[in-house]
Amino acid sequence: MGALPIIDHPDASREFVTNKARSHWHDEALWFVRSKRDKQAHSVPEWEYLREQASEVKTHTIANLDRYLVEFEKNATAMGATVHWASDAADHNRIVHQILKDHGTLRIVKSKSMLTEECGLNHYLEDNGIEVVDTDLGERIVQLRHETPSHIVLPAIHIKKEEVGETFHTHLGTDKGASDPQYLTEAARGHLRGKFLSGEIGITGVNFGIADTGGIVVCTNEGNADLGVSLPRVHIACMGIEKLLPRHQDLAIFTRLLARSATGQPITSYTSHFHGPRDANSELHIVLVDNGRSKLRESETFRHALHCIRCGACMNTCPVYRRSGGHSYRTTVPGPIGSVLSPARDSKAHKSLPYACSLCGSCTDVCPVKIPLHHQLLAWRKELVGQDRMPKSKTVPMKAASYLFQHPKLFALAGKAGRTALRWLPHFATHNRLNKWTIARELPLPPKESFRDWYRKNRG
Amino acid sequence: MATTESRQAILDRLTSRVVDANPLPTIDPSRLTTFEDPIAKFAEMLAFVGGEAHQVDRIEEVREILSKNPVFADATRIASVVPAAIQGNVDASQVDDPHALSSLDWVIARGEFMVAENGAIWVDGSTLPHRVMLFIPQYLAIVVSRNEIVSNMHEAYQRIGTPKPGFGVFVSGPSKTADIEQSLVLGAHGCRKLQVFLVP
Ligand code: SF4
Repeated sequence: MGALPIIDHPDASREFVTNKARSHWHDEALWFVRSKRDKQAHSVPEWEYLREQASEVKTHTIANLDRYLVEFEKNATAMGATVHWASDAADHNRIVHQILKDHGTLRIVKSKSMLTEECGLNHYLEDNGIEVVDTDLGERIVQLRHETPSHIVLPAIHIKKEEVGETFHTHLGTDKGASDPQYLTEAARGHLRGKFLSGEIGITGVNFGIADTGGIVVCTNEGNADLGVSLPRVHIACMGIEKLLPRHQDLAIFTRLLARSATGQPITSYTSHFHGPRDANSELHIVLVDNGRSKLRESETFRHALHCIRCGACMNTCPVYRRSGGHSYRTTVPGPIGSVLSPARDSKAHKSLPYACSLCGSCTDVCPVKIPLHHQLLAWRKELVGQDRMPKSKTVPMKAASYLFQHPKLFALAGKAGRTALRWLPHFATHNRLNKWTIARELPLPPKESFRDWYRKNRG
Repeated sequence: MATTESRQAILDRLTSRVVDANPLPTIDPSRLTTFEDPIAKFAEMLAFVGGEAHQVDRIEEVREILSKNPVFADATRIASVVPAAIQGNVDASQVDDPHALSSLDWVIARGEFMVAENGAIWVDGSTLPHRVMLFIPQYLAIVVSRNEIVSNMHEAYQRIGTPKPGFGVFVSGPSKTADIEQSLVLGAHGCRKLQVFLVP
């Protein structure tokens, strides 16, 4: 077997973390979004009730997924859509490409879809001579810079406006040095208008599929999905099989939770419901994609991760994500949910991700569909130990700690030694390349006295 | 793999692992927030998302208000499906190819009802000759009856009922983006402004 790229999160994040100013700026930007989310969540008195309902609907749907997929297929077909099934990413890309070939298409416009990102659709199509234009502003910025999104809702959150200005100057001919978001957005609007008008087929993701109607729902703020699929005659919608909801009325729960959790808006600017193609001369293709989802469903422990509605709230609140940046995860979906999903796909390549977590539990608190994210990350650590996939930098200290915990006398002694050491150890001893924890932080000053000593003196 | 084989493979994987779960829950309406003055809440939320609500007593007032808007006064291509409010000068129903609508300055559309909790308006695609009319003009106005309002999304979906083939959309505020350093910019690809006229 060829060597898999094993990505170590601490290594991949070094550049970002050690650029203090940037890391801090990124942290603040996401905290701002997180605060907006809090305000919205607090403005809905039944917020916790909605989360419970959402979680129950999802648990039920995932358990009965076969039944609901068949029902969805039947109803979508009755509405005039064509439903395709893709086992994996390669299947998905082939199906999409075949539809394009059938129509002699050379140019497509695409709205944001983490699924097509997961399948590597852009590269696949470009290799086959098709021009792919991402139309979401953030995605377009990232695409022009030959980067990948660093966040699932805010793809360009890692890029500064001056850098966007540079990129647009090169590609769109905006004024050199311009960095005003209003001006840059206007330039992108003009540029993308032309692309929309010349797009021959529109591709979108799907936020929700509805089994009992056969419809699909796409949520955007920019209106790019709608513009992209309302001009051409063919709309291809790529949908992960877990995006299904049983009933039309269930949308009420999820549309209330999604935008509030994602960006702190009460709802996205456009929540579009497509039931069948536009008219008798048009086509709507829905590609249902598995790509590992049915396998994840088999896991008692990680099944709940399929609840995810890709709101990004867990990333915005994650202290590790906020400081290390989305690219450090080297995955399509970064942050807490990405660290749960990626090892399920390839536990060897992503073995360090469950450790990119402080176990603070904040992700679990904000997740609108109640995925116990930090419990799952902890569960992954256990699983990886079983698979002997834990990084050495973790196993050795862990074994030592376990020994200590089993020997109370030694533990007391070690505590004293630690408290003393923290006071007296020279900086080079704690801050070196063996200790990745201290790359961008100082160690605390320890208390003079241990809790044990204090307790014996005062309460004993 | 052909799509029929993939279909079978996916369904086989799903059926081979039986997972127990509770039946679907039903929402208890008594747990949901409703508003005593939903119109006021709607106007507040619409303003919050960047739109503008105008209460009018006579439908003719729509033209009076819009005429005071310099962008409207300068508009050369206007399409309207609410002629009682505004008589457009582009008849979109005579247009075959939606691409021909790319230079529209204004569209006056009709909303079916409003949602107080989030300032959204439900627009039924069948009221428009081309659904792109909601997304392609520079400016959008929606006319909706003041009596057609619900408090929350649960009531909204109840009200929509079983969808027929076609298109429908909740519009909440103008097109917007914050993709460049989280600075909110109105008018990303769709309309730059959204005016909502609440008529009797
Ligand atoms: S795991 Fe939860 S919080 Fe994170 S993106 Fe998914 S739904 Fe949102």
